[in-house]
Amino acid sequence: MQVTSRRFKDSAHEALHDKDIQSAFSKVKGGFPVARAKSAGELPEFEDLRDQARDLKNHILENLDYYLEYFEDQVLLQGGRVHWCSSYAEAREVVLDICRDANAKTVTKGKSMITEEMALNEHLSAHGIEPIETDLGEYIIQLAHEHPSHIIAPALHKTKDQVTELFHENHGKYGFTERITDPQALVNEARSILRDKYVNADVGITGANFLIAETGSTVIVTNEGNGDLTQSLPKTHIAVSSIEKVVPTLEDASLFLRLLARSATGQEMSVYTTFSTGPKRMEDIDGPANFHVVLVDSGRSDLLGSDKQDLLRCLKCGACMNHCPVYQAVGGHTYGWVYPGPIGAALNPHMVGLEESRHLPNASTFCGRCEEVCPVRIPLPKIMRHWREQAFETQVTPKPERWGIGIWAFFAKRPKLYRLMTRVSARALKLMAGKKGVIRKLPLMKGWSSVRDFPAPEGTTFMDQWKKQQREGK
Amino acid sequence: MPSRDRIFSRIRHNLGRGPLEGEAAQALKARIEGHAPNIVPKRTNIPHKEQVNLFQAKAEALAATVARISSFDDVPEALRDYLTAHNLATRIKMSPDKSLDSLPFDKTPMLEIKRGAAAPEDEVSLTPAFAGIAETGTLCMASSPETPSTLNFLPENHVVVIKASQITGTLEDSWERLRKTYGAGNLPRTVNFISGPSRTADIEQTLIMGAHGPRRLHILIVDDGPQD
Repeated sequence: MQVTSRRFKDSAHEALHDKDIQSAFSKVKGGFPVARAKSAGELPEFEDLRDQARDLKNHILENLDYYLEYFEDQVLLQGGRVHWCSSYAEAREVVLDICRDANAKTVTKGKSMITEEMALNEHLSAHGIEPIETDLGEYIIQLAHEHPSHIIAPALHKTKDQVTELFHENHGKYGFTERITDPQALVNEARSILRDKYVNADVGITGANFLIAETGSTVIVTNEGNGDLTQSLPKTHIAVSSIEKVVPTLEDASLFLRLLARSATGQEMSVYTTFSTGPKRMEDIDGPANFHVVLVDSGRSDLLGSDKQDLLRCLKCGACMNHCPVYQAVGGHTYGWVYPGPIGAALNPHMVGLEESRHLPNASTFCGRCEEVCPVRIPLPKIMRHWREQAFETQVTPKPERWGIGIWAFFAKRPKLYRLMTRVSARALKLMAGKKGVIRKLPLMKGWSSVRDFPAPEGTTFMDQWKKQQREGK
Repeated sequence: MPSRDRIFSRIRHNLGRGPLEGEAAQALKARIEGHAPNIVPKRTNIPHKEQVNLFQAKAEALAATVARISSFDDVPEALRDYLTAHNLATRIKMSPDKSLDSLPFDKTPMLEIKRGAAAPEDEVSLTPAFAGIAETGTLCMASSPETPSTLNFLPENHVVVIKASQITGTLEDSWERLRKTYGAGNLPRTVNFISGPSRTADIEQTLIMGAHGPRRLHILIVDDGPQD
């Protein structure tokens, strides 16, 4: 997917003035977090499960090669195939080759973030194969030629009226000519159109929430049932997954399943959790004849052993963005690459380069709610701080900013000088402010003071006041 | 270097070690083969009768409907009553599973029964379940030639027959039952866990039922006594 994170500041500005985006994302607050808190509250073991999930993910990452090989052996034993891809380009080619072997004209797709990363749809289309997204949210944004703005609710930024217009523009060819506005009717219309797509597709592509080493199974979790129709009706099923999704046993998957839906939507379980193991068996009367697992690295293995390895624990539940005040203000697209919100701010610099995405780790108030709700306790604020330090050290931060920080550091390292400077500035600012006690415009800080007044200091510094109090024995 | 080798060498390089061998590998193998449970919620540490009630309450909270019947012989009438109440088609696609062979459909001549995998025109399916999970009101379905998984998804109305003795406490209990039936390390091609009927909230976070899978899920619990 094309990276537009460089535009973060402009995109944020636009999003803050976009009524639809503001209305859509302001609703997040009252929905997902409330439901999460309720379902977490109803499970006394919830916090202990989180600790155990964090530790288990760490164990998996420390032994990732072993579990991946075990998984591969099991898939082969069950008659499936495994394809290893170190880059997006390679993964795109592998999927395209499988589709060509199947003489595919159309491909149905379940929701998958890794195929967003790979820009798979664009690649298939460019080679004459039509990809059809079947998750309702993904279907809506595919019609709009957009990308997901939330990892579990991809069309969160679209209003019902926009969906009405999209369906009206695109569904005429299926005989649906009426403009409908009722959400149930909109869902029914999409349902009936996609029904034929499932039945006629040559290949079904899904992602995977988990890979089970013990049995060689791939696991998908959905509420709509689209993933299951996608993978059970066509002759060929391709599950595309990043390599860190492997878990040792079915019991281990159970631990993560108890956290995943609760953290994401507040459900105890999503409606459909499906374990797929190999192609259809000899006597089976339905199911795919071919089963392929495409395993993609593309940067994951480089996180191992680094100070950002914790990112690989991510279950992709979306809780961090659901609880993020910055995400709720600027929406998902502003982040400029596949992952929005705190996980995007922490992960995208690694995936697309800090140069491209240096604004993202700064798009945080460090309120810490993301870490508080992360089911696998990823220290997101700490990782964002690392990126800020790295941006400064590697000179990705622009010169004026670096000079500013450099000047501040010069004084900060010399306490006497620092105190003198603050004392002088405090008085100067007080003089500047005059009787009103506020400063309307600050030199060199136009961006800050253009939308608010700067309250002037009272005159003496904290250190001076402290000393005075000490002297007076208060 | 082929990608597989490149990925593994990068993983090992970054973890600062070579391939795991000897005791280290043995320990991981034993961990998989031992498949010890992690923390399991205590919610279902209750007598079996109460587990069945919890299963029903949880399933109903997920917008499934549940009817309790006293024997398999009552299935056709319970099915007929359900279809009539919702004004649904009387053509049924039923799993070709032997557990359903003896259902006395002669009592309900208006029901037209066909057996096999789901076809797009099927409106109602009738299937057995592999197990029920009281913890969350979830059905566990195992695919086989007799229990094709398309019946769980394609028809708009899914009716499931489950014996009370098939209802257990937790997810972990179903894994144990599956291992007992299919052998350790093996699963049927598809294992579906189903928690209520299909739904979506992708349009302005409004909950709408019947997105792609069944709009209605009806569960017939046959009260056959204690757990088997």
